[in-house]
Amino acid sequence: MSKTLLTFAALSAMGALTCGAETIVIQNATVWTMGKAGKFVGSVVVVDGKITEVGEKVLVPPGAKIIDATGQHLIPGIIDCHSHIAAEAINEGSVSVSAMVGIEDVINPDDIDIYRALAGGVTTANVLHGSANAIGGKCQVMKMRWGKDAEGLKFEGSTPGIKFALGENPKRAGNVQTTPGAANTGRPPRYPATRMGVEDVIREAFTEAKEYQKAWKDFNEKRTNIEPKRDLKLEPLVEVLEGKRFVHAHSYRADEILMLLRVADEFGFKIRTLQHVLEGYKVAKEIAEHGAGASTFSDWWSYKVEAYDAIPYNAAIMAKKGVVVSLNSDSAELMRHLNTEAAKVVKYGGMTEEEALAMVTINPAKQLAIDNRVGSIEPGKDADLVLYDKNPLSNYTKVQKVWIDGSQYFDRDNDVSGRAAAEAKKKALMDKEKEEQRRSAPPAKKVGGTGRPQ
Amino acid sequence: MKRAILWAVATAGFALASANDTFLIRNVTVHPITGPNVDNASVLVVDGKIAEIGGAKLTAPKTTKVIDGKGMHLYPGMINSATEVGMSEISSVRESADTNEIGQFDPQLRAAIAVNPSSEHIQVTRANGITTVMVMPATASGGGGRRGGGGASQVISGQAGLMHLDGWTWEEMAVSKSAAMELKFPAIQSTPARFSEMAEAMGIQRTTYAEQKRNYEKSLTEAHEFFEQARRYQKAKAAREPSLKADLRFEAMIPVLEGKMPVMMMVSKAKSVKDAVDFADREKIKIIIAGIDEFGDFAATLKAKNIPVILGPTLELPNNEDDPYDQKPALPGQFYKAGVKIAFATFDVQFARNLPYQAATAVPYGLPYEEALKAVTINPAEIFGVADKIGSIEKGKWADMILTDGDPLETKTQIKHMFIKGREVDLTSKHTKLYEKYMGRQ
Repeated sequence: MSKTLLTFAALSAMGALTCGAETIVIQNATVWTMGKAGKFVGSVVVVDGKITEVGEKVLVPPGAKIIDATGQHLIPGIIDCHSHIAAEAINEGSVSVSAMVGIEDVINPDDIDIYRALAGGVTTANVLHGSANAIGGKCQVMKMRWGKDAEGLKFEGSTPGIKFALGENPKRAGNVQTTPGAANTGRPPRYPATRMGVEDVIREAFTEAKEYQKAWKDFNEKRTNIEPKRDLKLEPLVEVLEGKRFVHAHSYRADEILMLLRVADEFGFKIRTLQHVLEGYKVAKEIAEHGAGASTFSDWWSYKVEAYDAIPYNAAIMAKKGVVVSLNSDSAELMRHLNTEAAKVVKYGGMTEEEALAMVTINPAKQLAIDNRVGSIEPGKDADLVLYDKNPLSNYTKVQKVWIDGSQYFDRDNDVSGRAAAEAKKKALMDKEKEEQRRSAPPAKKVGGTGRPQ
Repeated sequence: MKRAILWAVATAGFALASANDTFLIRNVTVHPITGPNVDNASVLVVDGKIAEIGGAKLTAPKTTKVIDGKGMHLYPGMINSATEVGMSEISSVRESADTNEIGQFDPQLRAAIAVNPSSEHIQVTRANGITTVMVMPATASGGGGRRGGGGASQVISGQAGLMHLDGWTWEEMAVSKSAAMELKFPAIQSTPARFSEMAEAMGIQRTTYAEQKRNYEKSLTEAHEFFEQARRYQKAKAAREPSLKADLRFEAMIPVLEGKMPVMMMVSKAKSVKDAVDFADREKIKIIIAGIDEFGDFAATLKAKNIPVILGPTLELPNNEDDPYDQKPALPGQFYKAGVKIAFATFDVQFARNLPYQAATAVPYGLPYEEALKAVTINPAEIFGVADKIGSIEKGKWADMILTDGDPLETKTQIKHMFIKGREVDLTSKHTKLYEKYMGRQ
């Protein structure tokens, strides 16, 4: 069966809902605003894709669609600060600095993981380049607008980002032939092979970027008439130096985290987020002083040497020491239950339920500087909302409905009730394809036979 | 019989060595699993075993230690039915992993003896209420095995061991050193479209269906031949044939052929289950289906033949692009409704501690809550033939128990005390120690 056919069947199974932004009032829900208003039983009004009113009592606009959510829980759409879904390629791993490439050019809006993320309450994701290089490619913040094209997924106006990576992953290509058991690709090793080399690659790149920045400054201020040759690798790094592009740095060990903060200090830029940051708890003070956010796993550990000191208390320790912390997935699967991942910081480290939920809503919004638009249920913000049938931190909860910009993108009842029809449609398409194959195939040759002369 | 005697000796030895396994818990809500919950109950543990479950009036000798269970809940310790706990420390480092040996038929291998009692994973796993794990000689993911060792061509991987998560040595930890034989049932590899594209892009040659089918049939034939050879060995041994040379592989197969040791058939696809059941019928062996990741008509056969199923993680993506998004969490409910006995497993080491949350995830998608609890307690105990010792809170069983502030399947619930064979177990771990240490950094 062709892939197109499969995707088509999948799309119809998932009943692309997007009915357009309506005026909606969601009533009698337990509203977790994640803003100053806290948590209460009340209503939320949505007009033209924006939240216009939130409160125990609200004015119902004329013609509004009323959704009775008695006993249910409404939270802001979940934001995943570290994902790789909907990208056709992740790693440009041939060079140690690949700042010239970006996820923005390889978005696949047909990736079913978008729909699955929606079904898990995720409305926004930071889609990152991989971790093969010390300085990786550019990142793209997306909304899970399933059914829209690649441009339609992009979170308009979000600050662009770039991936950095420290530790074992960027070292790996430098150790191709020396590490026992490592894949022997036949290629020569790629610098760097050590954490020392990783620091050097970053310092060299920013030394070059500073010179490039100065060359353009001199030209623009007419100190010289020679126009510098454009360098697509250095341009994003100049943007980093000028605070126009965020650094999201894959990191594990405390030593490398501290190294990166000091390199950033040296060149006068900020690390926006440390990603994974599994030993962040050991240098929480330094991270807080630098002002970097930390985006970590709830409880991953021991899958490699640099993850052996990872502890599930990491998020809680960093938060208690003044770091803005988010919990991310780095996985199309884990992405679907970040709400229960958040419950783990209640267990490990005694955060309150609201502090925990903040780590998958308002905190990642702050880290991506999109908190003026999303991350909480407050008037003026985008109507990105998730309705659960039970407490969102319970393992027994289920996502019922999801809205993005006031349009409904997921409805569990529709998904379940549409399955039989989608199956029938898929079968019809498969039968049709089989029939066509049968008709276009050359007539079967008879073997053996009836004794009839050919 | 020999095993039973050994058993008695081991238990007696333990009782003598330990004085801390006699106590009384008062004012607790008991969740026995095999019977209705009891509020304001008292549970008396003597010499590591549950001696009495009663009300507030239950008395014990004056010297007995009393634990106040006010506001708390007592559950049996949970059982993870397939793990690598103690066998793989850092999964990317082959040197730290002892799963997935070289060889096609390795029934003589015993996972239990490769369990490192000092592994950090033991304390980390039990802190979430898991008192017993099955350790597997091989796993599908391979753990550290991916980076070396054999594993790929294995059919019989060895003996899985049921281990307590407490003990100075693997011997003390063992509940049943040889609880099941692991058999990776051959499969015709079907590659989903998206992965085959990836494989093509990477220059990996795809084998044709015909080739795969030939390989599959060859593996099946070899497996039957191995069983046949083992059976001939068994007969020769019974007949005391003087020319018979000892063979450890065939020796290890005897309990399987006698139906005393179940075979854990690692099967992921529905279409292979029928073949696996046919195989078991032909070889007259007792089987458990493990790692199945889809539902099918085969469930009726499993029910009819009383074959239980060990289910893999519920927190997994669907198999195919157009499968329902909740395919995996819905599986346990489907098996339950079909009348098949189920138990949960994580099939790994890193997330072995998340067993209760994996079980809970099946509840909103159709598995009754009580059944989710059974699938991590009494069901695995029954499946592995140790329900007389563990899996529920009943008189005469070992005191493998957890005292909690709530439902143990909910993430935020704290496990306050744990007892294994009536001994209170330390719930600190590498993780809590690093937490204390770095919270204290000024």
